[in-house]
Amino acid sequence: MAWGGSDPGCPLLRRLPDQTSGRRTTPAAGAPQFEGLMEIDRADGRTPNQLRPLSCSRGVLHRAHGSASWSQGNTQILAAAYGPKAGTKKNENPERASFEVIWKPKSGQIGKQEEEYEMILKRTIQSICVLTVNPNTTTSVIVQVVHDDGALLPCAINAACAALVDAGIPLKHLAVSICCSLVEPGIVMLDPTKLEEEKMKAFTYLVFPNSSHSVLNKGSAQSENNDETEQGLITSVTHGIMSVDDYLQCLERGRAATTKLSDFLRRNLQPQLPSNT
Amino acid sequence: MGAQKNTGDWSSDMEIDAFRRLFPLRFYERHLTEAIRPDARPLKKCRDTSVAPGAVATADGSALAKIGSTTMLASIKMEVMTPSVDSPDEGNIAVEYYMPPICSPIVRPGRPAELAPVIAKQLSNTLLSSGMIDLKELSIISGKAAWMAYLDIYCLDADGALFDAALLSAVAAFSHLNIPAVSLNDEGKLTIVSEESNGEENVEKEPVNRDRRKLTISSIPLSLTCVLHKNYILADPTGEEESIMETSITTVLNTSDQLISLYKPGGPVLASTASIKECVSLTRQRIKELQDILSDSFASMDMN
Repeated sequence: MAWGGSDPGCPLLRRLPDQTSGRRTTPAAGAPQFEGLMEIDRADGRTPNQLRPLSCSRGVLHRAHGSASWSQGNTQILAAAYGPKAGTKKNENPERASFEVIWKPKSGQIGKQEEEYEMILKRTIQSICVLTVNPNTTTSVIVQVVHDDGALLPCAINAACAALVDAGIPLKHLAVSICCSLVEPGIVMLDPTKLEEEKMKAFTYLVFPNSSHSVLNKGSAQSENNDETEQGLITSVTHGIMSVDDYLQCLERGRAATTKLSDFLRRNLQPQLPSNT
Repeated sequence: MGAQKNTGDWSSDMEIDAFRRLFPLRFYERHLTEAIRPDARPLKKCRDTSVAPGAVATADGSALAKIGSTTMLASIKMEVMTPSVDSPDEGNIAVEYYMPPICSPIVRPGRPAELAPVIAKQLSNTLLSSGMIDLKELSIISGKAAWMAYLDIYCLDADGALFDAALLSAVAAFSHLNIPAVSLNDEGKLTIVSEESNGEENVEKEPVNRDRRKLTISSIPLSLTCVLHKNYILADPTGEEESIMETSITTVLNTSDQLISLYKPGGPVLASTASIKECVSLTRQRIKELQDILSDSFASMDMN
């Protein structure tokens, strides 16, 4: 697949306006819509609930065991996974697989912000991986920022997840991540660009497991269990002041949007599974 | 603690301490079913908390906070700086958080703790975004001089809920902070008027800010960390609890009941909306307690 190439079969991409052209299109037919929110203008003509065009290509690096390039609009992350390797690192654990995350910024040295991202990414990866399969090993995930145009951490989490799948690391489920931002109390916007992020009152990065209906077939998806997995929140990071109700609204909105994201991820991963070829 | 006296388990033939070491999770789960914790707390009760403002005499503001045995020492040193061009009438706050090897066996000498920069970043995000301090108040002369508050927090004993204790000590240190008086010297530079020489020699010099003054502290941010395990929620975990049950949620609310941060870095347990709401309501209760503790400690300090 070409660099940054997108799956033409993805309805999300067909539906979304090209971000660079700034065209205004009618609201997406299938996107989750909420009344009374359509009047907010975004610089790129998206509706508040509209994500930027997604693209993901896997296996972009030859030496890595698994790699992926993930982009959301102009934000692009390149992630590589090496491992499982014989555990020699300080975090080695004889009973569990351990992970390390190395964050490479676009330029310069890593600071506190990046170290925080490393920690969040590492803990998120640990929570989606089956840790008992390869005990006493270390898996390294290297995240290279190619371009930052807002929602950097969610983009990195999505990229890392795709890279882990590409490397064949056993996972419990996928993680899909989204940035929800609060324009003003009660008004939530999804997947902001850098420019929008700066203007926001507050924003939150949320990570959910991929929606269960795409993993389980209809028969096994019991209504109760299904609800349980839908509800779960893996990671939450917030910036800025918001009311508790606004946060809960972000949570709900983010959860709805991750359905779209996990559909995209699933569609993207599917053709390369041996069972489907 | 007679919870382990049940039969049909290893625990009946084993000393409690050995069982605790060998099967830490089973040890805890056994307690949790009885709705009690090994330190005899109910699940949602926090440890005893105390705050001692003014612990460091040489600092402009300082406080020692203890939550259980977790101990944090925060001190603030004020320095005059030139404000940035973007915000000429604002001062700034720089947060440093140290975890020396003295605080915990997991911190080894020569290798900085992994957690330290993360907590430092969280603290500065929380303090700056909560609006507790109006940075404009730290301005001395617009565009020319402003205060830089260097907040240093030392972890003396790390036994869980590090962020909560660090934030509490930081808030107490800012409440204790006295901004020093400054005056212009002959070269046109601002100097801090030291208390001893506050008498005759500075009289002819123009005092720039009149007096030592306190900052106005509005809507204090305070936090509570909860550990999630299965369906249990444990408020204010100890270090042992944090290492055994790895999912934690840190909720920061300010005193006007707004959410400053809801921080859950991964973890094996997924948080449902209901447990998030539960954490928020526990935090609300905790903030009331902490506010009382803070006001009591400052009241008793003023008495002395």
